[in-house]
Amino acid sequence: MDVVMLSRLQFAVATLFHFWFVPLTLGLTVLIAIMETKYVRTGNEEYKRMAKWWGKIFLINFVVGVVTGITLEFQFGTNWSGYSKYVGDIFGSLLAIEATVAFFLESTFIAVWHFGWRKLSPKAHCVTIWLVAIGSNMSAYWILVANSWMQHPVGYVIRNGRAELVDFWAVVTQPFAVITFLHVIVAAYTLAGFFVLGVSAYHIVRKRNLSFFDKSFRMAAVFALIFSVATVAIGDLHGKEMAKAQPTKLAAVESVWETRKGAPFYLFLVPDEANERNSVEILGIPKFLSWLALGDSNAEFKGLKSFPKEERPPVALVFWSFRIMVGLGFLFALVGFIAWLKRKKVERANPLFLRLLTWMIPLPYVAASLGWIVTEVGRQPWIVYGVLKTSQSASPVAGYQVAISLAAFIVVYTLLGLAAFYLIYKHATKDPEPLAESSA
Amino acid sequence: MLETIWFLLWGILWAVYFMTDGFDLGLGTLSPFVAKNDTEKRLVYNAMGPFWDGNEVWLITAGGVTFAAFPTTYAVMFSALYSPLLLILFGLIVRAVSFEFRGKVDNPAWKKFWDFCLFIGSFLPALLFGVAFANIFRGIPIDANGVYHGTILTLLNPYGILGGLLFVLLFLVHGALWLAIKTEGDIHDRGGATASKIWVVLLVAAVAFLIATWFATSLYNNYLSYPILLVIPLIAVLALLATRVFIAKKAWWKAWFASSATIMFTTLFGVIGLYPNLLPSSLDPAASLTAFNSSSSPLTLKIMLGVALVCVPIVIIYQIWTYNLFKDKVTDKDLSYDEAY
Repeated sequence: MDVVMLSRLQFAVATLFHFWFVPLTLGLTVLIAIMETKYVRTGNEEYKRMAKWWGKIFLINFVVGVVTGITLEFQFGTNWSGYSKYVGDIFGSLLAIEATVAFFLESTFIAVWHFGWRKLSPKAHCVTIWLVAIGSNMSAYWILVANSWMQHPVGYVIRNGRAELVDFWAVVTQPFAVITFLHVIVAAYTLAGFFVLGVSAYHIVRKRNLSFFDKSFRMAAVFALIFSVATVAIGDLHGKEMAKAQPTKLAAVESVWETRKGAPFYLFLVPDEANERNSVEILGIPKFLSWLALGDSNAEFKGLKSFPKEERPPVALVFWSFRIMVGLGFLFALVGFIAWLKRKKVERANPLFLRLLTWMIPLPYVAASLGWIVTEVGRQPWIVYGVLKTSQSASPVAGYQVAISLAAFIVVYTLLGLAAFYLIYKHATKDPEPLAESSA
Repeated sequence: MLETIWFLLWGILWAVYFMTDGFDLGLGTLSPFVAKNDTEKRLVYNAMGPFWDGNEVWLITAGGVTFAAFPTTYAVMFSALYSPLLLILFGLIVRAVSFEFRGKVDNPAWKKFWDFCLFIGSFLPALLFGVAFANIFRGIPIDANGVYHGTILTLLNPYGILGGLLFVLLFLVHGALWLAIKTEGDIHDRGGATASKIWVVLLVAAVAFLIATWFATSLYNNYLSYPILLVIPLIAVLALLATRVFIAKKAWWKAWFASSATIMFTTLFGVIGLYPNLLPSSLDPAASLTAFNSSSSPLTLKIMLGVALVCVPIVIIYQIWTYNLFKDKVTDKDLSYDEAY
């Protein structure tokens, strides 16, 4: 394998692993902030216990997200120096702004929240968790602005042999970035909602701490319903934005080979990349794809064959990732709706349904990873769509160095993942501490 | 002008990172030697508890600013220093999670494992940051295309190793002083005594470094051209001496502030000496990356300057507020709360 492929694999490992922790951070802070706000408003100690108990899971999860984020920032330099030189004027500044305006806020105040229960008034303490929530969500905005610029570069000129910024406002406010941000945020909140639903269901099935987990379940059910529906709706908008900005990704996502007007949508198909066709196409809905992606049932849908072979992304991986992600998205909305219906008498809900909720915890993680595979693999062979190819971007480092570091990433992250999973599992299945201790 | 401002900010951000996270890295390295039992180990963890994360963001900002203001330097420096940088990152990963993970399972082997992670994850970054910066001061073998002609062993030259040693010693004194500030009883005494002992070694290393810098680098050229700048290394030396004076008086906070100033001005001594270079080439001076030939466009530098001037002071204010909030000593009572590490 060459340096480019090894570096891509390393980046994939580092990014996907990082994003197993980020969504829960984004969503769970908001839920914890709501719990603590309820405690401050009502004085009900149970909400404080909830904030603390869920907060422990949050902190374990948070630290892994933090440390794996640093390696991402540095990898642009270590492994992608060609890219960094070419786009640093724009991309680098977005990362630096993220650290300055958002990450400091998040990291400083999470510590204040963690250790400040006795140092601050309840109100002031509650403010700190909201600052963490604001910090982490702002952080997501800047990172996604940076990623969106790779998907749909705007506000730049090619000058002095590189991309230089000419319109900062255009970069920061382009619709592609705003929609990407919304999609990621609502998906992250969905993940957090289902996480809390699943863990609460685990305890409710066992009839333990019913009041505590009923309350958690109710909040999470509302959260999961609102944001899973929003994920489907915003995901659709995101798809339409992608259709405008990235025609090759669109063609791969839908596995359409021939250009045609009024393209049909097949409920089931199997791409056959070698022969540039689909080996199976069944249950077609006439003209539906053109309408779905392009907003007009007679619009011309550009097939993969209308692009040179070397400018097409891998089709099967992108296609399947997209299909499964979308399917899961609809599933979340459906299950979210059922959970919402049952939220007020959840202890009488069918135990099978509750167990299902627990077993469903991994699925939003799968969906989020697949979403990133669509986004990043679907952009290939470009690192910045239409501007710079991935193959021109790697660092002039020795292949063995990257092979060793990739192996190290796999080993360290596997151990880290196992330890984090074990600790979260251990805490999540444990009873919350009794009231007396937490009011100390 | 913009490039020069950013060059200075770049140096200051790295210096602030070393000054803040320096005591965490130092105390983490000291932890197996100063903490004798589980309670003392927990005191060490909790002494750093509310701070390490916020401190580490200075590294992310320093890295981000290198990327944003000097993308070519970021690209060449980070790819040339590939192996040491990744070792630093893996070190910082295991260090950070050891805080959160250690106390969650009541098993001696589990705790021992994370104690080792705290040690190695503190020691390696401290050492390698020193090695890396000494090599930056000295110049590394990069050609005009920014390709690095060397291996990790190239970086382990005597001056690089001396730089690594200097950083470790600076951080050890800094960390020992923090331990004295944040604890009481035996471990407090041990912290103070350790700072006092290591200070002597640090003094020797610092003198050796100042002399070796004359022979191994061209950092002094700027100081010879503008002697007024010598005030920077002078402050570093005075701060180092002041550290000892305050240690003798058992004025731990003052000693810690003096140690902070030592780290800050030692870093700045190197950075100012480098100017306008960010990464000198030891192969060909013309291939050196400078604040001028590797910077971002004026527009980007201006926008970034605006962001930095507004946001960094706010960050400094709330971080000082945090330090003030958690300035008290960690006691056994603190360890009894369920949120303690």
